[in-house]
Amino acid sequence: MGHYLPSTEQERAEMLKAVGLSSVRDLYRDVPGSVYREKPLDLPEGKSEMEVSQYLRQLGDSNKSYRLILRGAGAYDHYIPSIVKYIPAKEEFLTAYTPYQAEISQGILQSIFEYQTMICELTGMEVSNASVYDGATAAAEGCTMCRSRKRSVTLVSAAAHPDVIATIRTYCYGVGAEMKLVPEKDGVTDVAALKELLTPDVASVYFAQPNFSGLFENAEGIIAAAHEAGAMVVMGCNPIALALMKTPGELGADVAVGEGQPLGMPLSYGGPYLGFMAATKKNMRSLPGRIVGETKDAQGRRAFVLSLQAREQHIRREKASSNICSNEALCALTAGLYLSTLGPEGLKEVAEQCLSKAHYLAKELSGIGGVKLPYPGAFFHEFITALPKRDAVLAKLDEAGILGGLPLGEDRILWCVTEKASRAALDKTVRLVKEVLA
Amino acid sequence: MKLVFEKSRPGHASVILPPLDVEKTELPESIGRQSALRLPELSETEVSRHYTELVHEVYGVNCGFYPLGSCTMKYNPRIDEETASLPSFTGAHPLAPAEAVKGCRKVLEEAASLLEEISGMDAMTFQPAAGAHGEFTGVLLIKQYHDARGDEKRRKIIVPDSAHGTNPATAAMCGYEVVNIASAPDGCVDLEALKNALGEDTAGLMLTNPNTVGLFDPNILEITRLVHEAGGLCYYDGANLNAIMGHVRPGDMGFDCVHMNLHKTFATPHGGGGPGAGAVGCKAFLAEYLPKSALMDGGGPIQVRGFAGNFLVVLKALTYILTLGREGIPQASETAVLNANYLMQGVKDVFKPAFDRICMHEFVLDLSDYKKETGVSALDVAKGLIDYGIHPPTMYFPLIVHEALMLEPTETESRETLDQVTEIFRKVREDGVREPEKLHTAPHSTVIGRPDEVAAARNPILKAQL
Repeated sequence: MGHYLPSTEQERAEMLKAVGLSSVRDLYRDVPGSVYREKPLDLPEGKSEMEVSQYLRQLGDSNKSYRLILRGAGAYDHYIPSIVKYIPAKEEFLTAYTPYQAEISQGILQSIFEYQTMICELTGMEVSNASVYDGATAAAEGCTMCRSRKRSVTLVSAAAHPDVIATIRTYCYGVGAEMKLVPEKDGVTDVAALKELLTPDVASVYFAQPNFSGLFENAEGIIAAAHEAGAMVVMGCNPIALALMKTPGELGADVAVGEGQPLGMPLSYGGPYLGFMAATKKNMRSLPGRIVGETKDAQGRRAFVLSLQAREQHIRREKASSNICSNEALCALTAGLYLSTLGPEGLKEVAEQCLSKAHYLAKELSGIGGVKLPYPGAFFHEFITALPKRDAVLAKLDEAGILGGLPLGEDRILWCVTEKASRAALDKTVRLVKEVLA
Repeated sequence: MKLVFEKSRPGHASVILPPLDVEKTELPESIGRQSALRLPELSETEVSRHYTELVHEVYGVNCGFYPLGSCTMKYNPRIDEETASLPSFTGAHPLAPAEAVKGCRKVLEEAASLLEEISGMDAMTFQPAAGAHGEFTGVLLIKQYHDARGDEKRRKIIVPDSAHGTNPATAAMCGYEVVNIASAPDGCVDLEALKNALGEDTAGLMLTNPNTVGLFDPNILEITRLVHEAGGLCYYDGANLNAIMGHVRPGDMGFDCVHMNLHKTFATPHGGGGPGAGAVGCKAFLAEYLPKSALMDGGGPIQVRGFAGNFLVVLKALTYILTLGREGIPQASETAVLNANYLMQGVKDVFKPAFDRICMHEFVLDLSDYKKETGVSALDVAKGLIDYGIHPPTMYFPLIVHEALMLEPTETESRETLDQVTEIFRKVREDGVREPEKLHTAPHSTVIGRPDEVAAARNPILKAQL
């Protein structure tokens, strides 16, 4: 059996004696006898480090390792620079708690302050929080912060990610607020239908740029319609695409949110990921979660602290707008590190390669007889094809070590191409698809 | 210390990607970004040095004693990090075909079954990403249960006044009215107050046991019985599960659902504030209400985040549970309780414990008398401890104890460390008597002194000037 106790059985017996007790049961004397466990839990026997390591490696080996991943849909396989893997593994970053004690936590506080600055820079917004759990919760919290007594309805674009929609719906269910879906048309939010739904009780409209199908929305149209009706706009964004696309700040969105996973976090079967949230200064005090601010100490030295805490649950208890009391600090650090490593030109390069390679694959695939691109709109690094023999196509690719796009209804596939796909690998993909459809 | 932006120099960069090997696509101008992208420009050496500078200003569990009460700052084993960084796991796409992610699914299944056994529950979800997120999920189970029965009059959640702020905040996020009940003088639930609060409108009770003053509530079976009798359900806040693993289970105490902080009890690191994981377990009758992913699972009654949760954190916790196993899990808890009692025994003639009796894995000191004598507050003492090289305990929590310092040593501290810490407390106490001013202005050994938090809130500077 393994353990991490820096004491021997004899030392523990002596300590027990020192506190005036004679048995472990004495430590638990307040536990009623009818529920105190005399018999051990039904757990396997403990193991040595080597055995556990070997066992988990074996479990990992039963996963399939793909040579190329052409599936995204909310989890994106980007190249992670080596340094981005190593620095967050430093034990101090890894094992520290939330930086309550600012004097011995400046490193973490500063990393979050830098992260907040970079999120503001990416999104064009004025204020960022220290992050939340993931993109879906960021969207749900974003919608929550827009509600007021008079305006309680949340409108969500049906073209958004299904997990994001379901999460927003759950947060609305919790607090008893109404959520309505804005239908999609040609793969994007139907702005005419949105206008119909924008009644005076609508608090906010959520849409994603690009949306679940990879298409760019008519952001100007959505935002203008919402603002005209007095509703706020929560805009979900892909952080890599933000290097190239109009920012929520430029477009006049009130809140910008998104899934930060592409900024240096591996796929990891869905998590840990990173929810980023930024807002206009006007909405600063409605932001949930931790926020780091700059101040000074008595000697005038620059200092960072957890700030604006009067918004939070440990002060406001049931009157707080959110119960969140942590962030994804290590993921925020990772994102800041990723952005510092790539720099402005590097990030643009990643985005351009995603964009260009996705368009290359789309063009090559649509050249195959029977393959259609059902939507005409501009897209970033994801696109949908309609094609016959969908499952056979995906199976063929799978055999070749390629995880094809995500199968959707109606014989459709949602493809995603990142900078990791070489032209040769994409050509091979096209060849295999051709073979199946021949 | 300079910000990363202040170290930026035009043109400094790393070469990460090969040149583009297909024709370049441009976004239509109407969609394109107009503003400059002012990210820092650094070489890899400069990036490395910057973050190394930052890491030198962080105190982690690896640095020394970290008795942050209610946070369970136990040692985080490296093997857990190693298994969670295996490319076979980190490279797994959440939407890959089931055949391709057999290992990931087995990790989740196995972790669920072990945690069900430890908590006495029948079903488990790993979607919640933190303790508070687990609370939200758990209370939503309660809400769905009452809703499904058409029991609409149940609008209230009962929370003791000793509870963590997330409990009432969670109840409010779930649309409930919060009924705060005062604790009894012994720090436990006041049965009379509970009885008075219970009624046809009770949806449930949220409770931590051992509670936030570090005591196991001896009336726990009566408490859960009363709530059930009134038609409510019982939610177990697993914040303090590290005290009781293998000795008593929430499921056997009468709780219907529970969250467990894998980042505390199961030794996964806190990462400076996250990522954690708030696994939620429930009894069979609530299992149908557990969250599912719209995309991974084809949808379900609720969903609290994307995909299946913080998978790698679950993997770390599984590594830990498999290592400790049947004997090690209860031993970890009983040693955590033993260490807390041993430390309290040492410290109790230095500062007064709020409740002088056998405690669980943590205890609270009440410094209000000391403050009256010396003018030195719990905050001053906490800051003074930093100068002796240890992390301060939790301050001013729970709210029902004035000038509170809450200590949770955990099981991964040695007797020598606990003895040294006792001596440090004694010295700080004496410092406060002799030189109160020294403590009012502590810490003195750190890179900054106490930051001006009022100025930070009044004139918020939340990003760098670029």
